Amino acid sequence: MATEPRRVQRGRRGATRVTDERPWWDTFPWWGAIIVAILLWMAWQILTKENYELAWTRIAPGLRLTITSTLQAFTIALIIGMVAGMGQLSRNVVSRNVARTYVEFIRGIPILPLIFTVALIVVPEVTDALNSRLDAWFGWEFKLSFQMRATVTLALIYGAYMAEIFRGGIQSVPPGQSEAGRSLGLTRRQTMSSVVLPQAMRAIIPPLGNDFIAILKDTSLLSVLGVLEITQRGRQFSASTFKFREGYFVVSFIYLLLTLSLSLLLSLLERRMTRDRKGQR
Amino acid sequence: MTSDAGPGANMISIRGLTKTFDKTIHAVRNVDLDVAEGEVVVIVGPSGSGKSTILRCINLLEIPTEGTVEVDGFEVTDPRTDIDRVRAEVGMVFQQFNLFPHLTVMENITLAQRKVRDRSRGEAREMGMRQLVHVGIPEKADAYPRQLSGGQQQRVAIARALAMEPKVMLFDEPTSALDPEMVKEVLDVMLELVSEGMTMVVVTHEMGFARAAADRLVFIDEGEIVEIGPPDEVFANPAQERTRAFFDKILY
Repeated sequence: MATEPRRVQRGRRGATRVTDERPWWDTFPWWGAIIVAILLWMAWQILTKENYELAWTRIAPGLRLTITSTLQAFTIALIIGMVAGMGQLSRNVVSRNVARTYVEFIRGIPILPLIFTVALIVVPEVTDALNSRLDAWFGWEFKLSFQMRATVTLALIYGAYMAEIFRGGIQSVPPGQSEAGRSLGLTRRQTMSSVVLPQAMRAIIPPLGNDFIAILKDTSLLSVLGVLEITQRGRQFSASTFKFREGYFVVSFIYLLLTLSLSLLLSLLERRMTRDRKGQR
Repeated sequence: MTSDAGPGANMISIRGLTKTFDKTIHAVRNVDLDVAEGEVVVIVGPSGSGKSTILRCINLLEIPTEGTVEVDGFEVTDPRTDIDRVRAEVGMVFQQFNLFPHLTVMENITLAQRKVRDRSRGEAREMGMRQLVHVGIPEKADAYPRQLSGGQQQRVAIARALAMEPKVMLFDEPTSALDPEMVKEVLDVMLELVSEGMTMVVVTHEMGFARAAADRLVFIDEGEIVEIGPPDEVFANPAQERTRAFFDKILY
């Protein structure tokens, strides 16, 4: 091998090259350029064509609800996921099995029927039961908007997925780490918070970012409850004007813009994390 | 935790220790062992003979199936004992170092001091620096574990344990994961501890260290203590056939 020349060309067709240098057009991220081009083209349409601009002005105000619902669902799911993920690893037989049941149960049901079940059956029944007491005691009633009902459902679902992420992350830390912590006299809780969790975060953060993007997209399901987020506004615009092309064009554009810039941010964050790790290890 | 025991009294007292895994595999069978204050006991034996398991039962990283373990007068096998308080008095050094990779050397050493011993940041750092000087690498205080050689990492692990001012140090094959040229720097630190009078239980394959440092040598095979005595006697004149066979295989 060592005596062979660095580049071996065998004819134009089926050329076999022995080299670690690939030409620039082979490594260039064409996909990224294509996506940017498509987004620019879409923006151009919206800016210059009257019907698209009309659709934009009617749909874009839904951004606020899309973003707040995403943030709310993600925050609640994060808390549920952390508790349920650690619950699955608990020594306590009850919390272990409660957590496991929750995760398996939720993961087995598609989001759409679960949203209907929670919003139209679970929440009304629970609030009715609660309110009969609250009203009698305090003269006050507890109400949950459809937006919150759907957001809570999303959080319940993603909480189950995140529980698996947390469990996997914690289990990815070698047992010798907690043994070292415990042998120094740290309590179980101190070892978890100071030794295990900080190391688990490296494995946890990237998939959590993916779930954030997934939640953002799934807030479109809030539309089935009539919540005026982007998708619902797109549906209303299209149905009332019969401009389906323009309506869903704008809806897709907004989601693409959000998800693509988020995944770009995420990959930058991941790159920084691996660079930090190289510095440390 | 104060010691009621006078000089020469038992720091560790193991009675009838048995550990089985999966109900059938006997890792340790009915072991009795006392370690006096200031004594250095070195445990040797073939791989899988139960040496490490005995060591790990002393600070309850393994829970004994039967028997009792007392450390400094506290029965660690008693469920009412606050095991975290006992562990703070028992330093442990692992084969794989087990430094915390997300923390600097100094943070590794100060973490438990601050959380368990309630020392201030300044006190903990001062103690940390003293121990780093002790193991000979004060200049590495702000490095991360991955930037250190294996020998340096293990010395940091020793410093981390010493910073808690333990009454006993347990060493679980501390040089087995090291490149050969780094074994000596770790053994030198351990020998220095011996000369300072630290009570130590050391599981190792380093027979030279055993000969130089041990007050008593324990030979273990198949989870049982086969032979125990001053290292010179055991090396020169093993009473048991199994001990002789083991030394024949490893010494030349």
